Amino acid sequence: MMTFILRRTGSLVLLLAAVSFITFTLFQLGPSDPAAAACGQECTPERVAEARVALGMDQPFLVQYFDYIRGLFSSRMIGAPGAQTLCEWPCLGKSFQTNENVADIIGRSLPYTFSMAIGALVLWTITGVGLGLMAALRKGSPVDKFIVGAASVGVSLPIPVTGLFLLLLFVNQLHLLPFTTNEINSPFGPQGPGAWVANYLLPWIALAVLFSASYIRVTRTNMIETFGEDFIRTARAKGLAPRTVTFKHGVRAGITPVVTMLGMDIGLLLGGAVLTEQIFSVPGLGFTAVHAAISGDLPVTMAITMLAAFFVIVANVVVDLAYAAIDPRVRLQ
Amino acid sequence: MTHVHIATQPAGAPASATATAPFLEVRDLTVKFPTDDGVVSAVNGMDFALERGQTLGIVGESGSGKSVTSQALMGLLKGTSAQVSGQAMFQGKDLVTLPESAMRQLRGRNIGMIFQDPLSALHPFYTVGHQIAEAYLVHNKASKKQARAAAVDMLGRVGIPSPEQRYDEYPHHFSGGMRQRAMIAMALICEPELLIADEPTTALDVTVQAQILDLMSELQEESNSALILITHDLGVVAEVCDNVLVMYGGQCVESGPVDEIFYDTQHPYTLGLLNSMPTLNSSSSRLNPIPGQPPSLLDLPKGCIFSARCQYAELAGDGVCASQRPELRVEDGHGKRCHLSGPQIITIRNSR
Repeated sequence: MMTFILRRTGSLVLLLAAVSFITFTLFQLGPSDPAAAACGQECTPERVAEARVALGMDQPFLVQYFDYIRGLFSSRMIGAPGAQTLCEWPCLGKSFQTNENVADIIGRSLPYTFSMAIGALVLWTITGVGLGLMAALRKGSPVDKFIVGAASVGVSLPIPVTGLFLLLLFVNQLHLLPFTTNEINSPFGPQGPGAWVANYLLPWIALAVLFSASYIRVTRTNMIETFGEDFIRTARAKGLAPRTVTFKHGVRAGITPVVTMLGMDIGLLLGGAVLTEQIFSVPGLGFTAVHAAISGDLPVTMAITMLAAFFVIVANVVVDLAYAAIDPRVRLQ
Repeated sequence: MTHVHIATQPAGAPASATATAPFLEVRDLTVKFPTDDGVVSAVNGMDFALERGQTLGIVGESGSGKSVTSQALMGLLKGTSAQVSGQAMFQGKDLVTLPESAMRQLRGRNIGMIFQDPLSALHPFYTVGHQIAEAYLVHNKASKKQARAAAVDMLGRVGIPSPEQRYDEYPHHFSGGMRQRAMIAMALICEPELLIADEPTTALDVTVQAQILDLMSELQEESNSALILITHDLGVVAEVCDNVLVMYGGQCVESGPVDEIFYDTQHPYTLGLLNSMPTLNSSSSRLNPIPGQPPSLLDLPKGCIFSARCQYAELAGDGVCASQRPELRVEDGHGKRCHLSGPQIITIRNSR
């Protein structure tokens, strides 16, 4: 088990190095000129050249890359020679727009993204797995057909549609919920957990409608397959109670693909739900990334891209570990 | 469980009826599966009886209804789309009409079952010991420690070396033969009076097959339980069974003591089965299969179910084999479902 964890962690580091290099290269090859963007409109060529030096863009590509990587491990000086400022660890560069430390920008955005991801995750896991299991247990019945039908509708509803509809209905028409505010980003804040839930409930529902649809389908398919397995027949032949057969023997074996999906989706969502954050004006990572990309704020875009990749890769490792915990056969390899 | 047996007897029932009622008596057992293509008649009126200490072999090719019969007896078809009718009296209870909750009490405790492929029949995520202890805990008020002790003891009894260590291993750590031993341990942990073994040796290699059969016979003798052995292997039948029931198209075509089935065969299908077994001293190097295909269970023929493949159908005359379904006629404990007369069968046997 220990070697398993060590090996997965090793590959995690290698993958992150590769992702960071590719991302860095892509932004170098991109058509936008960060120096021109940083210096603003109506810039003389001399000013642009100065900006380029200030941003370190006069350096060779590899030097820039390793300077960047160095910032991940220690503080470093940043800016034009003579006018350097300290970029504290973890240094992900400074925003071209505000000259703020990128790590601070991310630190500010993360709680919003976490708030949104956690609630949505809980909501769609419960509804997705619950309804999928219910459909599988009543395969072929009207309940099953209704759930499968609802899932097909849910999966084809894009976030802008559900999101705007929910806002219109619950905020504008029924006045049941407040419009999302930037002031709440944690259940432990001064407004308390109730306000936190009320603030994020609509984005949670919008995400849950979209995600639980595929969870329903995957859970249903896998559970139907599992309930047909020989070991389920054995469990019944032992005289076990139906509940034990369903949950202890059935769900544990049939749930593994859902664990994989869950891991991947958590990773993706933590990298920022761009559309959802836009529609509900939640200033999370996705929201920040979109604004940084539009304004050509390279360090911010770069950092969020790497962070998103980091989340996805970590989620993958966690999925592998969860797999080993669930399925003893995985521990062999 | 014997006290339950006595308690469920009607108070006014004559004592003689109790004494003569067979341990397990199946009458006109029928199983149908409605499907989109029509109704599949998997079992069409099975009759048999079984006493404690006896072994009944149910023989037939794939799709003849052997496994469905056993699943119907176990009540495993309850809650599915299958339509089960007829009667299966076991300890004064009718297994066909018994509700699922009551059937569940019998399963594992009074009726144990061993399945064909032990790798897929054991849960891959739980240790072998845990699964056996679980079977013990459902029917016994015991602590986990006691259940573990019982499971370890049972693993030892089925011949698994160092059972204390093997208890904590997973099914994929076991070899095929050891897995089937574990399966047997699981089925026998509550000491059921009736054991149904559905092709218990089919997935095993021949040397292990013999060990498993010996083990089952041994354990059966110890507990004086009844055993239903479902198989397509006539060699296995000859080795361990007291009585044999040959199934074809969901019906019993021939039944009787094992010696009579082998040496006084009465049904052309059984003759075909015996003839299709390869022998070492056979002059021909070719196998002798029964020509044709088993009938579709969606649309069974009006006459004898075997008539389409029977080489001797015309001997009965008047096309009776194609037009009329023969009844199961029992003489001196040997039953056959065939229009041909005894002398005709003897002539056929001698001509081979």
